[in-house]
Amino acid sequence: MTTDNRPLSPHLGIYRWQITMTMSIVHRATGIWLSLGTLVLIYWLIAAAAGPDAYTAAQALFGGWIGQILLWIWVFCLFFHLCNGIRHLFWDSGRGFAIRTFYVTGYTVWVIALLLTVTVIVLAYTLGGGA
Amino acid sequence: MAEFSLPKNSRVQEGRTFKAPEGAKNIRRFRIYRYDPDGGQNPRLDAYEVDMDKCGPMVLDALLKIKNEMDATLTLRRSCREGVCGSCAMNIDGTNTLACTHDIRDIKGDVEIYPLPHMPVIKDLVPDLTHFFAQYAAIKPWLQTDTPPPDRERLQSKGERAKLDGLYECILCACCTTSCPSWWWNGDRYLGPAILLQAYRWIVDSRDEATGERLDALQDPFKLYRCHTIMNCTRTCPKGLNPAKAIAGIKKLMLEREH
Repeated sequence: MTTDNRPLSPHLGIYRWQITMTMSIVHRATGIWLSLGTLVLIYWLIAAAAGPDAYTAAQALFGGWIGQILLWIWVFCLFFHLCNGIRHLFWDSGRGFAIRTFYVTGYTVWVIALLLTVTVIVLAYTLGGGA
Repeated sequence: MAEFSLPKNSRVQEGRTFKAPEGAKNIRRFRIYRYDPDGGQNPRLDAYEVDMDKCGPMVLDALLKIKNEMDATLTLRRSCREGVCGSCAMNIDGTNTLACTHDIRDIKGDVEIYPLPHMPVIKDLVPDLTHFFAQYAAIKPWLQTDTPPPDRERLQSKGERAKLDGLYECILCACCTTSCPSWWWNGDRYLGPAILLQAYRWIVDSRDEATGERLDALQDPFKLYRCHTIMNCTRTCPKGLNPAKAIAGIKKLMLEREH
């Protein structure tokens, strides 16, 4: 969108990171990561349908430490996207437009998403017995 | 498509430093974006050491002191110096605001000043606002009526008039629009927060008779719906207005008229 040979003024590189913009970008990033996660979920289901050998291979993949870390990230992305999505629903209904509300609900989303993530991980290891 | 990095001719280089006068005790450093359209060189960041004991409290005071006493080539827009005209809108300390109403003491460390973000730069802190005002013109920002003019003013109830509060105060400084990442990436087609707030100002005006046409004109994947409720606009408005809420108001009216 430059005109003639005029330079474009700096934008993302100089704008202060505030919770408004940060929440939006993390919401997008978690959304993209989750959509990749659905492919992984499909792979796991196909492996389960394909028979014991394929399923064992899939379980080995998810049971390894890289697989485990990726799963934790997916769990966090799910809860962040869910909680922030609820925030978006309120905005779509025309509520919650005070600057203070952006901050209070923004930080709340981080706290709840992290708490839910930790809860799920702890439950998974205590009840499920790990890999 | 979003381009996150600056084009080659726009990358900012280190510039010169202008030292404070001998004997100055209370010094603040101002690092200011400079671009000379005649030099053929990239923009640069010049540093000015300002004696704060002989400077007014606002960022605009410092800018004018620099221009008057240190470097007359520094170029900026300013007029009213009291937050009414919107001329001195720029990016100060990372957010968009008016230089005339922003207190230097609210800033920690060096004071970094850039033109409004993601805009073509004419010179130094002066962006080209042509596209911004073309978008403003596109929403037909005037009263449209079909009924013949009455013998007197078109009257409003107090309640109808109150709907314009928080909208009519907009001074079109472009702080909000140029703080919006969605406008950065899609500003060619997305109208941006300032213009949508203005559109809403006419949509909710009880005297205006073109509400339907105004909503029709915004029924478009880009003009209105590129607002993703990022909220940088409301966060940055130097007049304390709420463009995000105005946009949500338009979106609600769009929904309501479909049912």
